[in-house]
Amino acid sequence: MLKQRLIPVLLLQDEGLYKTIKFKDAKYLGDPINAVKLFNDKEVDEIIILDINATAGNHPLNIEYIERLTSEAFMPLAYGGGVKTVEQAKKLLRLGVEKIIVNSAIFTHTDNVREMVKVLGASTIVASIDVKKSFLGKYEVFYKNGTLKYKGTLKEALELVNDIGVGEVMVNAIDKDGTMNGYDLGLVKIIEPLINAPIIICGGLGQLEHLKQVTNSAISGFAGGSFFVYHGPLKAVLITYPAYNTLHEILK
Amino acid sequence: MQTIAIIDYGMGNLASIANMIKKTGGKCNIVNNAGLLPMYDKVILPGVGAFDTAINNIKINGLWDALNKFALEDKKPVLGICLGMQLLCNQSEEGVEKGFGWIDADVRKLQLNNSSLRTPHMGWNTLHVQNKAFPLFKNTEAEQRFYFVHSYAVACNKQENIAATTNYGGHFHSVIWNHNIMGFQCHPEKSHKFGMQIFKNFIEL
Repeated sequence: MLKQRLIPVLLLQDEGLYKTIKFKDAKYLGDPINAVKLFNDKEVDEIIILDINATAGNHPLNIEYIERLTSEAFMPLAYGGGVKTVEQAKKLLRLGVEKIIVNSAIFTHTDNVREMVKVLGASTIVASIDVKKSFLGKYEVFYKNGTLKYKGTLKEALELVNDIGVGEVMVNAIDKDGTMNGYDLGLVKIIEPLINAPIIICGGLGQLEHLKQVTNSAISGFAGGSFFVYHGPLKAVLITYPAYNTLHEILK
Repeated sequence: MQTIAIIDYGMGNLASIANMIKKTGGKCNIVNNAGLLPMYDKVILPGVGAFDTAINNIKINGLWDALNKFALEDKKPVLGICLGMQLLCNQSEEGVEKGFGWIDADVRKLQLNNSSLRTPHMGWNTLHVQNKAFPLFKNTEAEQRFYFVHSYAVACNKQENIAATTNYGGHFHSVIWNHNIMGFQCHPEKSHKFGMQIFKNFIEL
């Protein structure tokens, strides 16, 4: 058994597949449905799809498009982006979404997220916390695609998600997004004792060696973006995922 | 071709299961009308959420009696997945409602003997086959990997009902079986080639 999952994160914007650097400079890569099909053939552990424009652009969920994506996914698929209500979450689950990722709603619609956990089960709801280092080197929490700063501390944000009782917490290091130079190990160390649920870390994955650098036991998932869609120093777009035996060697 | 009813009682990953059945060459409909159930050859009981809510929804939708008849009198194949598997058991520590009791088993909160593990048990894990005669294990690979998401697990009271176990801070009964009644704690509909083989076998029953 592999204790940890390796998870490609696909960023969706207006039905296109994009990749960002530090949550900015979204670059168009191709067709998300094709990407899901390719990841499916590669037997990925899980896939995360984030609509990076949903909350910021304030547009309704593109249910029809999400349905087309899920119909190609024969592995667990988590969706995030613009989900604020139990009704929306229910609709997504019916389409074949396995888990709902909430980010802005944790802070703007806290009671709704509590309701989602209660009605849909904790293991269905993943809290995504976006973290950025301030000029003074302090970790701060952002939401709405990194555009708004949460008033409290990182610890307070994590206490809130513990209290809501989500099934999993994904922590994104905004400064590491798209850099491919390794996870933020300092951040991982800080968050591990502060989170009750299993943890997914995201931001910085550039090579499989980076997984070995994280020795914390509470990390249940390694997520990444560029690592799975870029190849070589020139960053040619190529959907990649390591073979099971390779992963087995690294994560055993 | 035989048609499978995917039971819709308002909880569960119906589309994923329907997609998987279509992908593996089967025929299915999503069914929420108890009156239509006798027209089907097999049932899949999905489920995500809480035990009592599920049982109550099944009863509100009039599906309780129809499913009992389907499973016990008509003895047609029933496959419970995740919470749907737990509903096949006598009862659950998660709630106060009685389950179908088609398999003599109880559902308990996962007890972890390893403090580095957390609940829910979420991720990929392997099946330790206890009974090779289980029909849905036909032509499966030596190492069967499946996706799990759950905080409660099944404990059978009779050895003969255990088709496979899984280890997560201790062994629990991940695949259970009593003649025409079958249950998977994991999600075969989300476990690519490993799950496809299970559905293929269920379709061919």
